[in-house]
Amino acid sequence: MSQLALWRSGSARVLPGFGLSMGISVLFISLVLLLPITGLFGQLAGLSLAEYWAIITEGRVVASYMVTIGAAAVAALVNAVFGLLLAWVLVRYEFPGKRLLDALMDLPFALPTAVAGITLATLYAGNGWMGSLLEPLGFQVAYTWVGIALAMAFTSIPFVVRTVQPVLEDLPAEVDEAAMSLGATDGVAFRRVIMPHLWPALVTGTGLAFVRSLGEFGAIIFIAGNMPYETEITALMIFVKLQEYDYAGASAIASVVLFVSLALLLAINIWQGRFVRRLHGGTG
Amino acid sequence: MRRIGDAPAVRRLLIGAALLLSALFLLLPLVAIFAQAFSQGVMVFWANVSNTFTLHAIGLTLVIALLTIPICLVFGVALAWLVTRFSFPGRRILQTLIDIPFAVSPVVAGLIYLLLYGRNGWIGSWLDTHDIQLMFAWPGILMVTIFVTCPFVARELIPLMQAQGSREEEAAVTLGAGGWTTFRRVTLPNIRWALLYGIILTNARAVGEFGAVSVVAGAIRGKTNTLPLHLEQLYQDYNAVGAFASAALLALIALLTLAAKAGLEWRAARQEAFL
Amino acid sequence: MTRSTFFRTGLRRSLIATAVGATVAATAVSNTAMAQERELLNSSYDIARELFSAINPEFQAWWQEEYGEEIAISQSHGGSSAQARAIMQGMRADVVTFNQVTDVQVLADAGLVAEDWQDAFDNNASPYYSTTAFLVRKGNPKGIESWDDLVKEDVQMVFPNPKTSGNGRYTYLAAWGFAENEFDGDEEKIQDFMRTFLRNVAVFDTGGRGATTSFIERGIGDVLISFESEVNNIRGEYGSDDYEVIVPPVSILAEFPVAVVGENAERNGNSDLAQSYLEYLYREDTQRLLAGFNYRVHDETVVAEFADQFPDTELLEVEDVFGSWEEAMENHFEGGALLDQLQRR
Repeated sequence: MSQLALWRSGSARVLPGFGLSMGISVLFISLVLLLPITGLFGQLAGLSLAEYWAIITEGRVVASYMVTIGAAAVAALVNAVFGLLLAWVLVRYEFPGKRLLDALMDLPFALPTAVAGITLATLYAGNGWMGSLLEPLGFQVAYTWVGIALAMAFTSIPFVVRTVQPVLEDLPAEVDEAAMSLGATDGVAFRRVIMPHLWPALVTGTGLAFVRSLGEFGAIIFIAGNMPYETEITALMIFVKLQEYDYAGASAIASVVLFVSLALLLAINIWQGRFVRRLHGGTG
Repeated sequence: MRRIGDAPAVRRLLIGAALLLSALFLLLPLVAIFAQAFSQGVMVFWANVSNTFTLHAIGLTLVIALLTIPICLVFGVALAWLVTRFSFPGRRILQTLIDIPFAVSPVVAGLIYLLLYGRNGWIGSWLDTHDIQLMFAWPGILMVTIFVTCPFVARELIPLMQAQGSREEEAAVTLGAGGWTTFRRVTLPNIRWALLYGIILTNARAVGEFGAVSVVAGAIRGKTNTLPLHLEQLYQDYNAVGAFASAALLALIALLTLAAKAGLEWRAARQEAFL
Repeated sequence: MTRSTFFRTGLRRSLIATAVGATVAATAVSNTAMAQERELLNSSYDIARELFSAINPEFQAWWQEEYGEEIAISQSHGGSSAQARAIMQGMRADVVTFNQVTDVQVLADAGLVAEDWQDAFDNNASPYYSTTAFLVRKGNPKGIESWDDLVKEDVQMVFPNPKTSGNGRYTYLAAWGFAENEFDGDEEKIQDFMRTFLRNVAVFDTGGRGATTSFIERGIGDVLISFESEVNNIRGEYGSDDYEVIVPPVSILAEFPVAVVGENAERNGNSDLAQSYLEYLYREDTQRLLAGFNYRVHDETVVAEFADQFPDTELLEVEDVFGSWEEAMENHFEGGALLDQLQRR
C-alpha cells in the first residue's frame, strides 16, 4: 500500500490523537521554528543573486568554509573511532567505574559550550596542563586548526556514543556466538559480523556530530586563534558581519550553513528511516 | 560461550584505552574547572558565588529552565506521537524541520529572533507601539532557549517509539480504552526513561545556552544576565576565579543532571530485572 | 506499586513542583523588575564595567543630595557595535558611553540619537580619551619602543581582530598613520609595512579582553597592543614587576563618545537624569576618578595632577589621516577592502 493510500484509509489509523498531536506539532514548528527563519530569508530578499553569490564566495569566507569543514571532518572521524570504542567498552565489559564513565559521556552536552571553550583553551595553551606536555614534543594544539578540531570533537562526542550504544545493546548474543563458533578471530568477526549491524548507527552518529560541529561557535572561538585564512571558522564570519551591522551578509552566510546542515540532516533521517524499515520489515 | 573481544588481553587493552582517552579528553577539563574555581580557596569561591549579581543570574537561569521544560515536553511528546504512530505525507520533512535548531548556529538563532521581535522587526515594531518588550527582557531569553532546546525530547522519543511500534496501544484502543488512558497507561510507562532523559538534556542545554541568549539578552547585570553570560563578563573583567566559580556552578548542575540520569537508568535496569 | 502508578504520581508531582517553582521564581524576577524608583540604563563598551561601577554610586549620591530622589542605575556592557545594534533593535538604554564614534553615529543615523550629538557635550561629546599603547614583558627583551620595532622578524604581537573590535581597529589605524608619516605617503611602502605588521600577529581574539588573556594567561607574543588605559590597568592588575607599558612617540587619538538616546530617555521619563549623568562625567571629581582608571581627561586641574602618568605623545586624529571615520571604515575594514587584501597570503 502506498503511503498516501495508507494515510487516506481510516483503518490504518486506529490510534487517536492525530488531530491533537498534529495541531500542537504544526503550531509549535510554525511559531517557534519557521516564523523566525522567515526573518532570515526576509534579509536575503534584499540581496540580488549576484550580491548573494559575491558574499558567500568571498575569499576569506571560502577559506573559513575549508577550515570549518576540514576540522569538522577530522573531528567526526576521530569521534567515529573513539565513540565506537567507548560504546563497545560500555556495552560489552564490566569494570569498576563503568557507571561513572557512562555518565561522563553526556558531559559535553551538559556543559555550556563557553565553559568548554575557556577550559579547553586553558588546558591546551602552551602553559596549560596539556599544552606544556605537548608543545615540547612539537604538537601545538591551541590557536591552530587542531584546537578547532579538538573543541568540535569535545562538543560532539556524545552523538556517536549515544547512537551506537543502543544498537550494540540490542544485538542478540547469537550473532557473536555464531561467528565465534566458526572459528573466526576477533578482528575478522568484528569486521564481518558486528560492523554490518553497527555501521548505519555509526554513520548516523558521525553525521550528527559533523553537523553539530559546523555550527559550533562558543567552544571554538577561545581556542581557534582566529587568524584570517587559516583558523577562522564560518560562525566567526557570521559574527563579523553582525559587528558591521551587515544583517544581509550575516544572513547570507548563515543560510549557506543552514542549507548544508539541513540537507545533511535530511539525508541522515532518510537513512535512519530506511534502516529501521529494514530491521523491522514493516513500512516504517 | 565466548563472545567477540572477550579475550583478557583485548579486554584490558580496550578498557584501558577507553578510560585513558576519556580521562584526558572528558574528565580533565572538568577537573580543571574546579581546580581553577578553588585556586584561591573556598572563601574566595564562596564570595564569588554569593555575590548579588551571581545570585540573580542563578535565579534567572533556573526560572528560564523551569519554564522551558514543560513547553518542550508537551511539544516533544506530541511530535513523537505524530511521526511514529501515524503515516502521512510530509512526515519525514516534519522530522527534519525539528532538527533546524541543531543546524542553526546559536548566534544566528538569536539573530533571527531579534530580526523578528526586535524594534525593527515586523512583529516587534507592532509590539513596540503597544509598549510590549520581549527582546532584552526575560521573555526573549525564554523564547530563544525554547528554540535551541526543543529538539531534545522529540529526538529521544522518536527512535524509541519507532522501535517499539504501536501494537500495544492498538490493542488497548481495540479493547475500548480512550485515547488519553491509552497514552497514560500504555505509552507513558514504555517511554518514561527516554522522556526523562530528554528532559534532562533539555534542562542541561537551557541552563547552559550562551550564544543565542547573548544576542537577545542585552546583558544588563542584575536583570537579564544568565549564568553563562555572567561567567563571560567575569572572565572579561580579569576575574578568572569568579568566572570559573560560575563555571563550576554550571558544571555542578551538569553533574547533578548526569547523576540524575545515571540514577534513573539504574532504577530502570532494576525494574526490568524484576519483571 | 505498579510501574504506571509509580510513574504517574512521580511525574505529576514533579510537574506540579516545576509549575509552582516557576511561578514563584517568575514573580520574584518581575518584582525586582518593577522597582518603584526611576532607573537609568547605561549601555557601554565591554571593558568599562569597573569604571562605571565606581562612577554610578557617586552619581546616585550626588543626585540624592541635589534632588532628594533615590535612583537606580543599570549597566549593560558588550562590544560597542553589539551594544549599538541592541539599542537599534529595542534595548531601552537611556545613555550610551561608547569607545567608537562610529557606533554612536549609527544610532544618530537611525534617529535614536540627536543629529548634532557631538555638539551636545564638550570636546566632541568625549569626556575622556585615550590612545593606543604597548604592554611588553619584563625588561622589554625585544626592545620595542615604537611601531617600526613591531615589524621586526622575531616580534610577535597580540591585539584583537580589527574586524570585530574597535580596539583592534584603532591599533590598525595607528600603525597605518605611523607608516604614512614614516614613508611620506608612499602607498606601496605603507602597504608593505602593514602586511609585515599584520603577519607578526600571533592571535586575533574577538575582543580586547580576549587578547589580554592570550598575552598574560597563555603567555603568547612579545607585545600586547591595546588602549593606554587598558594596558596600565592590566599592569596594575597583574603586577607591575612582570610587565612594562610603552607609549609610542606617535599614536592615535581614541575618543570615548557619550550621548543621550533621546527616544528611549523620553519614553522612560529619564531625559533630565540622562543629561545630568553625562554632564557629571565632566565634573572635576569624576575626571579625577577617570584619570585614576588611566584615561586621559580634559579638566585642567586634574591634567596637572596626573601629568606624570601620561607621557607626551603625538596623537594622530582619524579625520586628519583618513578623511573621516566613514572613509576609514569603507576603505580599510569592509569586506574585501584593504585589511582583507593585506591579510591575504
